[in-house]
Amino acid sequence: MSSSATTLGAPAASASAPSRSLTWQRWLLWAVLIGFAAFFLLPLYVMVVTSIKSMDEIRGGSLLALPHAIDLAAFGKAWSTACTGADCSGLQPYFWNSVMIVVPAVLVSTALGGINGYVLSKWKFKGSETMFAMLLFGVFMPLQVVLLPMSQVLGWLGIASSVWGLILVHLLCGLPGTTLFFRNYYAALPDELIKAAMLDGASFWRIFVRIVLPLSTPIIVVCLIWQFTQIWNDFLFGVVFSGADSKPVTVGLNNLANTTSSVKEYNVDMAAALIAGLPTLLVYVIAGKYFVRGLTAGAVKG
Amino acid sequence: MGALSIRQVKKSYGSHHILKSVDLEIEKGEFIILVGPSGCGKSTLLSMIAGLDSPTSGNILLGDRDITYVAPKDRDIAMVFQSYALYPNMTVAQNIEFALEMRKVPKAERKVLVDKVSKMLQLDHLLDRKPGQLSGGQRQRVAMGRALARQPSLFLFDEPLSNLDAKLRVEMRAEIKLLHQRTKTTTVYVTHDQVEAMTLGDRIAVMRDGILQQFGTPDEIYSRPATKFVAEFIGSPAMNMITAKRERNTLSANGIDLQLGPQLGAALAAHDAQELVYGLRPEALRFAPAGTGLAGKLTMIEPTGPESYAFVETAAGPLVIRVPGKVDGKVGDTVSLNWQPADVHLFDAKTEQRVVAAQPQLAVA
Amino acid sequence: MKWVARPRIDWLPKLVVAPSFVLGFLFIYGLILWNAYFSVSASRLLPNYEFAGIEPYINLFESDRFQVASWNLAIFATLFIGGALALGLLLAVLLDQKIRQEGVLRTIYLYPMALSFIVTGTAWKWILNPGLGIEATVRGWGFESFQFDWLVDPDKAIYCVAIAGIWQSAGFVMALFLAGLRGIDDSIIKAAQVDGASLPRIYWRILIPSLRPVFFSTIMVLSHIAIKSFDLVMALTAGGPGFATDLPATYMYSMAFTRGQINLGAASATVMLAVVAAIVVPYLYSELRSTKR
Repeated sequence: MSSSATTLGAPAASASAPSRSLTWQRWLLWAVLIGFAAFFLLPLYVMVVTSIKSMDEIRGGSLLALPHAIDLAAFGKAWSTACTGADCSGLQPYFWNSVMIVVPAVLVSTALGGINGYVLSKWKFKGSETMFAMLLFGVFMPLQVVLLPMSQVLGWLGIASSVWGLILVHLLCGLPGTTLFFRNYYAALPDELIKAAMLDGASFWRIFVRIVLPLSTPIIVVCLIWQFTQIWNDFLFGVVFSGADSKPVTVGLNNLANTTSSVKEYNVDMAAALIAGLPTLLVYVIAGKYFVRGLTAGAVKG
Repeated sequence: MGALSIRQVKKSYGSHHILKSVDLEIEKGEFIILVGPSGCGKSTLLSMIAGLDSPTSGNILLGDRDITYVAPKDRDIAMVFQSYALYPNMTVAQNIEFALEMRKVPKAERKVLVDKVSKMLQLDHLLDRKPGQLSGGQRQRVAMGRALARQPSLFLFDEPLSNLDAKLRVEMRAEIKLLHQRTKTTTVYVTHDQVEAMTLGDRIAVMRDGILQQFGTPDEIYSRPATKFVAEFIGSPAMNMITAKRERNTLSANGIDLQLGPQLGAALAAHDAQELVYGLRPEALRFAPAGTGLAGKLTMIEPTGPESYAFVETAAGPLVIRVPGKVDGKVGDTVSLNWQPADVHLFDAKTEQRVVAAQPQLAVA
Repeated sequence: MKWVARPRIDWLPKLVVAPSFVLGFLFIYGLILWNAYFSVSASRLLPNYEFAGIEPYINLFESDRFQVASWNLAIFATLFIGGALALGLLLAVLLDQKIRQEGVLRTIYLYPMALSFIVTGTAWKWILNPGLGIEATVRGWGFESFQFDWLVDPDKAIYCVAIAGIWQSAGFVMALFLAGLRGIDDSIIKAAQVDGASLPRIYWRILIPSLRPVFFSTIMVLSHIAIKSFDLVMALTAGGPGFATDLPATYMYSMAFTRGQINLGAASATVMLAVVAAIVVPYLYSELRSTKR
């Protein structure tokens, strides 16, 4: 892939002027870019800055002002003593609920997606493409349409108010997406690799484990990161399918921020938001390029 | 009975017929070429021999075993692919011994075979590298090594030299030929390159649109092409083809008389075709003294070093002549051409079959 | 004809994918049908399988609240899609100008997508709040008469939701367009420069038009996000003031789970499905066809 070779501010056929010359156009470009960066960073800045201020400072000062002194008490409160409705045990129980939900759902949906993708790309059978297309609709459909029936199903299975219910739902919901990721990735693997392995005597599973899996690291990472982000950030399923003890961190946060029981402690609210968002933010910062691959893979390829 | 028999093999996808009944008998130790233009079905046929695909009807036998529906790994066949298909995550040694591992050959034995094969192909210093670290020629040799280690009764090659540059291709061609002389394993080799076909094959099967045009030795294919297609496909520059009109038992093109020797004359008399094609290989044409032979004008000269091709416009159409060394003349000159009647190839314009003198046709069409 | 591998055991691949397909199909189509049945049943607070015909749908379309929600969706979707497209494209074009810190800037523009809006919404609610956020801050700077109370204004609140939505998704649009721009052959641009085209003209006449497929798929995805928008509204306004920022997604949740009108909830969900299907199915169909060799 080549990058567009045009450069703003550089005279077209000049050999002497360096392309990084600070012409006014370049200044304007940078100003605009930094302006937008400020726009995008605004909420994050507000969250960070507010969470380390004391309530007096918040009441007295402006939204955007930097703190005079750093006070980390809000984080402790957010974690263990803030009130989320009737309970006042902070975000902690919700955070762990999220962990319990995310880990199995991500691992299982990724594993199944990998195997499905392997079959759908290399071992196609009659009708497999059509079935895949129909499964793909699950990626696009509005989830509202499964909320009511699914509550019934979870009730019958006896897991309506537990983390297992949420794990099941996230698994089922993620399956079409993970299958799509792997199927597209494996489709790009040369068929001749499979042919050679068949001639060498490898069976369906041997080929998968010895040849295909070792080549799958990038897509596995993309899938794990994508699924993790989707499931950790989910709110709709969390609010509909969880019972008293199985609410994920997004629901907990929402309750915490909207609770009307006591005086509004903005720094605690912001600290709680940061705690809730930290895992996905960390994943994004560390493995951003895989995150982008997941986004573009899902959107561009049908 | 041959080492490999292909009997009336047909392959269709719905109404699309890729192979329209192919018959081939291949002897043990032979190096057979399947050659033809893209889409002629040669790769499909190879896939079916390998077991990666199965025919719509017909049989494939290896020796006296019917392997038409036997799984690839049970056929005792090894294959070298166009893209080599080396396992990227394994070393050269692991690639070569993978098939042996699948057959549960003990580790010590595997090592012996790998060493033997890598020495034969000069790969012994590369055994710990991964395919990504090898050059094109080295990868090709690893692919061959993988096939050799299997010690199969049949080798299949699917256009293995297409991805190499010209110089490397010539080197690897020689290596493949040497290897075959050493191992004497029956080999089926698919290519679209007629030079590879002519230099490597003991016998060549020319295919077109799913039909076998001719199956014979390189000499038979070159000197006695069974169809117009084979005549044009093999040999470069291609055979000159002159559309001829028939007047009883003589041929002419645009008023020019086309000579036929006694044998061909008799063959024509016995044949009832009205439209014919008169073929002459470029090396069969000669420059004649002015006034004799067929007159024409030199329009282009292509010197290639050891020989030159000259393009001449004549009343019978444009002709290409091949002469050793340099052409005596320049573009625009008037020249005369002549040739021996014995060098003429005659084809029925409609059926494209060779017109022969009361002899069984060599073509299997 | 593309080669397909044949396994030793013919049915093995089918067996392997069967659980996923069966469960997936049940989850998607089984539940859609079930939901559709709810939408024509007499269910209120609890499921009730008595048939009620299209009465729920009539009630739905006559309901003031649903009409507001649908109208809001139209406004929101237009602003959101238009805004995200424009901003995303602008950022992509700007970032295409060989910026040294491109990586950092890209990370900044894209991070909103990595966070739940429930998380970032806590800040947005504050920022848009007249008494605490921008209005207060700007007034604090001396502009006493500055007004920015859109969030609590029933007519303008939906614009806030759109702004927040654009903020979250513009980076994603940018990533798609940037990838598209980078995929364009260098030689086309060089040819245009040799022909004497100025930079803006090259972008406007050559590069952006060649991004048409990216436009299509991006609009598709953005429409999908717009219709699904739930977190965004709940975090920012919870549908308020009143129902001024209600969207079909929040309406559905409200009817189904807090107002005890299951059949209305189910009907609204079915309507949402129909709208999405009308957009997605033709797109998917054409995409899959074009990849069939």
